[in-house]
Amino acid sequence: MKKIVKYVVSDILRNKIVIAYTLFLLLFSLGLFMLEDVPEKSLMSLLTLNLILVPLVSTMFSTIYIYNSSEFIELLAAQPIKRKRLWMSVFLGLTTALTIAFLIGCGLPILLFSPTGVGISMIITGVFLTVIFISISLLTSVYIQDKTKGIGAALLLWLYFALLFDGLVMFILFQLLEYPLEGVIVGLSILNPIDLVRIVVLIKMDISALMGVTSAVFKQSFTGSIGSIISFSVLVLWIAIPLVLSLRKFAKKDL
Amino acid sequence: MSMIEFKDIRKQFDKFKVLKGVNLQFEKGNIVALIGPNACGKTTLIKCLLGMVIPNSGDIMFNGKSIKGQWDYRTQIGYMPQIARYPENMKVGQVLEMIEDLRDKTNISLDKELYEAFKLGSILQKRMGALSGGTRQKVSAYLAFLFNPQVLVLDEPTAGLDPVASIILKDKIQKEKQNGKLIIVTSHILSELDEIINQIVYMEEGNIIFNKPIEMVKEETGKYKLTEAIAHIMSIKNKN
Repeated sequence: MKKIVKYVVSDILRNKIVIAYTLFLLLFSLGLFMLEDVPEKSLMSLLTLNLILVPLVSTMFSTIYIYNSSEFIELLAAQPIKRKRLWMSVFLGLTTALTIAFLIGCGLPILLFSPTGVGISMIITGVFLTVIFISISLLTSVYIQDKTKGIGAALLLWLYFALLFDGLVMFILFQLLEYPLEGVIVGLSILNPIDLVRIVVLIKMDISALMGVTSAVFKQSFTGSIGSIISFSVLVLWIAIPLVLSLRKFAKKDL
Repeated sequence: MSMIEFKDIRKQFDKFKVLKGVNLQFEKGNIVALIGPNACGKTTLIKCLLGMVIPNSGDIMFNGKSIKGQWDYRTQIGYMPQIARYPENMKVGQVLEMIEDLRDKTNISLDKELYEAFKLGSILQKRMGALSGGTRQKVSAYLAFLFNPQVLVLDEPTAGLDPVASIILKDKIQKEKQNGKLIIVTSHILSELDEIINQIVYMEEGNIIFNKPIEMVKEETGKYKLTEAIAHIMSIKNKN
């Protein structure tokens, strides 16, 4: 399995898009840190960027990569290699390559300019977001045969998680304004990894007081050791569930 | 015990039934031709054997063991696909290196005879995407024979090859038969195979019509040439 991962990673790292992604993140993070005197402010802006860009690039890149390497996957599937091992290798290869890109592009500047608890949690959650969206793309691309449809579905999913979901939550909130909904909102936020990451980082930043009553409930639910165990377990589940489902499908898929 | 045994293999894609209960047995030391009109299920049957397509029902035994959920039996199969698909951006040398690197080579003597015969050394630096169909076929043929498998599955092996390469490949096939291997070949161009095969499996619309030694087919139809014999069988079927 190591060998296949090695081939996938070396294949991806040669890809110009990954290099461009790394450079873009690097320039943007460095720029933000250099423009602002207060690193916390830069972290805020960086968080906003990460929450949109990291899922987008992870989803689109993984989806396109999988469709484009169908030949590679077919070639290896005819070899004496376990199907599940092959798929895991693709997953690990994508994860390794995109995580390296994120760590160089975003992790390095954060460690240089703001190696605080908030900075570290941003790096960790950023890696989580990368892996979660790789896992989700594996699931969509194993189920959808057609490349165009698959890429479209991946894009829609990203749109949903990055924008539409928040809109829906807002809608529910305004509709049911009279009721105490804090618990529900906390519950809803675990249904969207992007929201969950945003909350985890914002609470670390200690500016949650600005966010009103709901954030008090957030603070109660997400801080402390139990809170972080819960939120990180949910993030792990967001990786594991799509991955396991896609593994099952791939093991029985006709190539 | 047969080397390969198909037991009532059924497969359908959506509503289209491709294989309708295939039963077959293959013994070693034979060259079997799997023939039939287009879309009769030949390639699907082969892909079932390779585990690339999973049958809806039925079982395939390889040396007496079911291949369901197995993968290590594939060390004993060399596969040359009909349309070889390779990563376009990799160089020929890289693909060959990778495949060799991925396999466990203990107890295996690599068979690089076709490497010399097809002069693959001269194209190692070319990108896979830039190769012609015939050259790709040569790469696939080399990879199929490379690990000295007990079974060779060749899907339309001579379709894109020039006459010289085609003869090299035919000689190689015959040689491996003498080494006691089982070779399964599908082809439309029957005259190409006429001289080397000794067993014919004829498929039509997902069913096996017959599975006989070549002498018997020629005798029954009264035709000397295989092409004519098969054409004879097909025309009889169409009349009914």
